[in-house]
Amino acid sequence: MATSSTTLPSAGPAAGSRSFLSRLRDGDEVARLITFLFAATVVLMTLLLVFELWQGSVLPRHKFGLAFFRTSTWDPVEEQFGAIPFIYGTLVTASVALLIAVPLGIGAAIFLAELAPPRISDTLEFFIDLLAAVPSVIYGILGVFIVVPLMRQYIDPALKSVLGFLPLFQGPAYGVGFLTAGIVLAIMVIPFIISVSREVLLSVPRDQREAALALGATRWESTWKVVVPFARSGILGSIFLALARALGETMAVAMVIGNDPKISASLFAPGYSIAAVIANELAEATSELHTQSLIELGLVLFLLTFILNGLARVLIVVTSQRGAGSATA
Amino acid sequence: MKRIPASIAVLVLGAAAVLLADNTLSINGAGATFPFPMYSKWFDEYHKKNPNLAINYQSIGSGGGIKQVTEGTVDFGATDGPMSDEQLKAYQDKHGSGILHFPTVLGAVVPTYNIPGVNASLNFTPEALAGIFLGKITKWNDPAIAGANKDVNLPANDIVVVHRADGSGTTYCWTDYLSKVSDEWKNKVGKGTSVSWPVGLGGKGSEGVTGTVKNTPNSITYVELIYAEANKIPYGSVKNADGVFVRASLAGVTAAAAAAAKEMPDDFRVSITNVKGKGAYPISTFTWLLIPAKFSDNAKRDAIKGFVAWMLADGQNFAEALSYARLPNEVVAKEKKALANIQ
Repeated sequence: MATSSTTLPSAGPAAGSRSFLSRLRDGDEVARLITFLFAATVVLMTLLLVFELWQGSVLPRHKFGLAFFRTSTWDPVEEQFGAIPFIYGTLVTASVALLIAVPLGIGAAIFLAELAPPRISDTLEFFIDLLAAVPSVIYGILGVFIVVPLMRQYIDPALKSVLGFLPLFQGPAYGVGFLTAGIVLAIMVIPFIISVSREVLLSVPRDQREAALALGATRWESTWKVVVPFARSGILGSIFLALARALGETMAVAMVIGNDPKISASLFAPGYSIAAVIANELAEATSELHTQSLIELGLVLFLLTFILNGLARVLIVVTSQRGAGSATA
Repeated sequence: MKRIPASIAVLVLGAAAVLLADNTLSINGAGATFPFPMYSKWFDEYHKKNPNLAINYQSIGSGGGIKQVTEGTVDFGATDGPMSDEQLKAYQDKHGSGILHFPTVLGAVVPTYNIPGVNASLNFTPEALAGIFLGKITKWNDPAIAGANKDVNLPANDIVVVHRADGSGTTYCWTDYLSKVSDEWKNKVGKGTSVSWPVGLGGKGSEGVTGTVKNTPNSITYVELIYAEANKIPYGSVKNADGVFVRASLAGVTAAAAAAAKEMPDDFRVSITNVKGKGAYPISTFTWLLIPAKFSDNAKRDAIKGFVAWMLADGQNFAEALSYARLPNEVVAKEKKALANIQ
């Protein structure tokens, strides 16, 4: 930032040799310091968060060690705590959500950015932004009163009769469970995917489209083979934003997942997620070990998000190189 | 997560109260959610009688109440399950003096269910309830249920068990009862505000479990009597220790407390589930205020003592209108004596 301030056109050629005092008087140095402090708070907050979660989970880390990640008992009475069912539930619901939301969201974004008339695109965008701003408890209520009965009466039996040979779709269907939680999460994250992907697609330079059309490509070919690959890294970014929200979503999941810490192959079975168990049990956790185990689960969720975000970064770097390569080729 | 904003709210409310009126003494409490409607009514009525005293109460849950009063961030706590010996020791170690339990009102927990085609109020034996919640009784027409409901035509459908997923005093009372009537439950599951359930779906809050039961045919759950009454939810009768099927009522709950009063320990930490007594409803519980035995601030001490004395006398008359069972006279007399222990 210091170098950029010295190359400002108004600063003139002598800018580099200006004294600290004069830069302070002009406000450059003040602005630099203040904005640096703002940026530093983000890092500080993250470190503080990790530190607090680490400090707050001393008891279970000492008592269970790595067994916390290997056992699946969650018994507040006997004070035995293992994280596996919650990690499993979090990953399964987030995966179901992305499996549904990614094709739907990207498809809608392509329509809005490339095919729809601008007026329709802008109107729909307004509604999508509105959806993205709805509080999650509202989605939870929607889930309990609409999605759950629908799942129990129609969708689960239909899936069972068609795909019942797969272990994924066996067992009794209560309406609540992994699948329902995944579907509610999908509804919640689709607006993010559409909104960000649409922006990215719209920012693809006109030249790219025109070049493809000039080469004789159809409209769809230019969209699918040129525009979408060009925007690939941005679209991936929207998917990981959606994943982050799906992993951490609390209220809506707690209301429809069934809150049973078990690992089942069936998507109809009730399960539990990390965020949901923290929200449910923290307020009434009476023993210190119980509270601290919940805090350690918070740490696990943080780690999970951290790892997945890291993977996302790597994926974006790799594909953007390839994407740029294929777009320029 | 809930705890932190609540404690901030306590501080903000407290600070606001101090700023608005210097001569108003404000006392802060936090804890159990079950008696919250009762407590807010009492604190409001008491404030009308004593305009210079404002009692603020945050219903953050029993666990939170015990923690905050132990930390010293509130003047008193409230809980639906008595503090354990370890928790009492932790308090003693931190403050150098003890903390006292004062029962305020009573509540009951009732079984409620949704079986298509069955409108009758069912009778439940302790064995049936324990069997259902252990996952051993899986059909509604199981002899353990049907035997107590001879004139009801029960279907051969699978039972869906629904329980509270959030930690709660309701779960404490329910599992405390099941632990007393079933050794298997006691050894396998035990009692607590959250337990490891052998079977079933977890719903969040009373509205969560009743919503799930309403939506799920052949399901069963448990809710507080006050919640069932307020929402007109039908509920079943439970066989008590004397072998009588009792449908929960405020009188039945007070009867259970009166039956237990004879053996009431001096610190009031007593479970009254499954007590003997013809009319006693077996799944009943006290709810307690947690008051430090020693105050450094005399004004606060006198104010709290004054409030408890009023609560035990006039305050009890407000209970039934809000569907809480009042304390039996024996317990009131004993608590009045115990008030002298607050110093």
